[in-house]
Amino acid sequence: MSQQHIVASYDAELSRLNQLIAEMGGLAESQLATAVDALSRRDSKLAANVVAQDSRVDALENEVDNFAVRLLALRQPMASDLRNIVGSIRIAADLERIADYAANVAKRTIALNQNAPVEPARAIPRMSRLVAAMIKDVLDAYVDRDVAKAIDVWGRDIEVDDAYSSLFRELLTYMMEDPRNITVCTHLLFIAKNIERIGDHITNIAETIHFAVSGQRLVQARPKTDETPFAAHPGDAPAGAAESKDD
Amino acid sequence: MLMNPKDSTVSTAHPTKVVARGVKVFYGAAEALHGVDLDVKANEVTSLIGPSGCGKSTFLRCLNRMNDVIDGCRVEGSILLDGDDIYSSAVDPVLLRQRVGMVFQKPNPFPKSIYDNIAYGPRIHGLVSDRNELDEVVERSLTKAGLWNEVKDRLQQPGTGLSGGQQQRLCIARAIAVSPELILMDEPCSALDPIATAKVEELMDELRANYTIVIVTHSMQQAARVSQRTAFFHLGHLVEVGETEQMFTNPQDERTQGYITGRFG
Repeated sequence: MSQQHIVASYDAELSRLNQLIAEMGGLAESQLATAVDALSRRDSKLAANVVAQDSRVDALENEVDNFAVRLLALRQPMASDLRNIVGSIRIAADLERIADYAANVAKRTIALNQNAPVEPARAIPRMSRLVAAMIKDVLDAYVDRDVAKAIDVWGRDIEVDDAYSSLFRELLTYMMEDPRNITVCTHLLFIAKNIERIGDHITNIAETIHFAVSGQRLVQARPKTDETPFAAHPGDAPAGAAESKDD
Repeated sequence: MLMNPKDSTVSTAHPTKVVARGVKVFYGAAEALHGVDLDVKANEVTSLIGPSGCGKSTFLRCLNRMNDVIDGCRVEGSILLDGDDIYSSAVDPVLLRQRVGMVFQKPNPFPKSIYDNIAYGPRIHGLVSDRNELDEVVERSLTKAGLWNEVKDRLQQPGTGLSGGQQQRLCIARAIAVSPELILMDEPCSALDPIATAKVEELMDELRANYTIVIVTHSMQQAARVSQRTAFFHLGHLVEVGETEQMFTNPQDERTQGYITGRFG
């Protein structure tokens, strides 16, 4: 709705809420980028920095929550305003989780750097580039209230799932080749899983944007191709569907 | 030309009590209401909302032919109550107003005792045969209106001596006493404090088990709280009607959205 509220301060408050989300989103975006950068360059100091910055995101989530509750109590919002305010609460929660996962990646990087580099680690930045593009696009969709863009991002998570499944297989193979690789590969597995979860949270944000703007929920099940829950042996094709219900 | 209002949902749960089609109202030459089509479901509270001058009260007054008493006011179209045209020449408006009761914004108890306020209607309509029956009707009406315990020991005292909230419930009891089917309320809580308002809203919820209620209200929060269906009027048109939950979370028409979010009045 481009029309202004009759009470100007209401519009000012809704703007502030949007700004807080945008700020949180930008922080989450840069946390992930820095964490993956620290991983590629084996920079433990940079990684430690990411871990320290996570508290800023948590503080912003608190601020969004409190502000949203205040708006609900004092403005009795209706229709689009109500959906936007409730949507902000949900998006803030997803952004906080995304930043948490980024910090987890950074923590594991510090552990990884104690060991020699391994080949599969090179697949991680590729996976995270997919996710970084998704974060940027979903935040743009939020700012512009662009449902079509949100749906597009929602559909791209399948690529992240595919990248994760293939990295999973690669890591298992590497571990079987040489048990000395197990520690490093386990850390990498968790890192990859964290990035995959970031993708899932981004799709949550996309769904929330869809509901906030259109008033309808995205009803169809999102295609998921994370086959890893079905993987029996690393060399085998997984028994079971190409589409799986997630854990 | 009939405006087709957007109906957000189709409700088949309750039979239809009132069917209004192509209702127009003229004050002299000026057309105040432009062809309203509206269904009111039985045993539901239907709220009429919209900015001042939108025609909601005008429409409400059509339902019990109160517009008949306004000089120069002319009504076109059809309004069926349980399938009967209330504007047919065979209909006695006085009897109609027994079937369709009304409660107004400012409580208006008669300058009589509490007892006589309630007893007046049944007496003049000849609904009771003796004093005992009348006593029963008075007690039943006051009980249904949630007022009996507060006034049972002072029935002979004047109705005007009650508090604002009590007076309004007295008026509701008075409307109920003649066994109406439909109760119209024109901003019944505007003059009441929040506690009295809550009591009247609770009463509306209880009453709909036995009656159908149509309420005009300026408060969207009240419409959201008390009604099952909401109709939005604007500049004499019925713009949108639908289930209350749908209307307030995801209205279909931009004008409805603009009004309920406070973007225009």
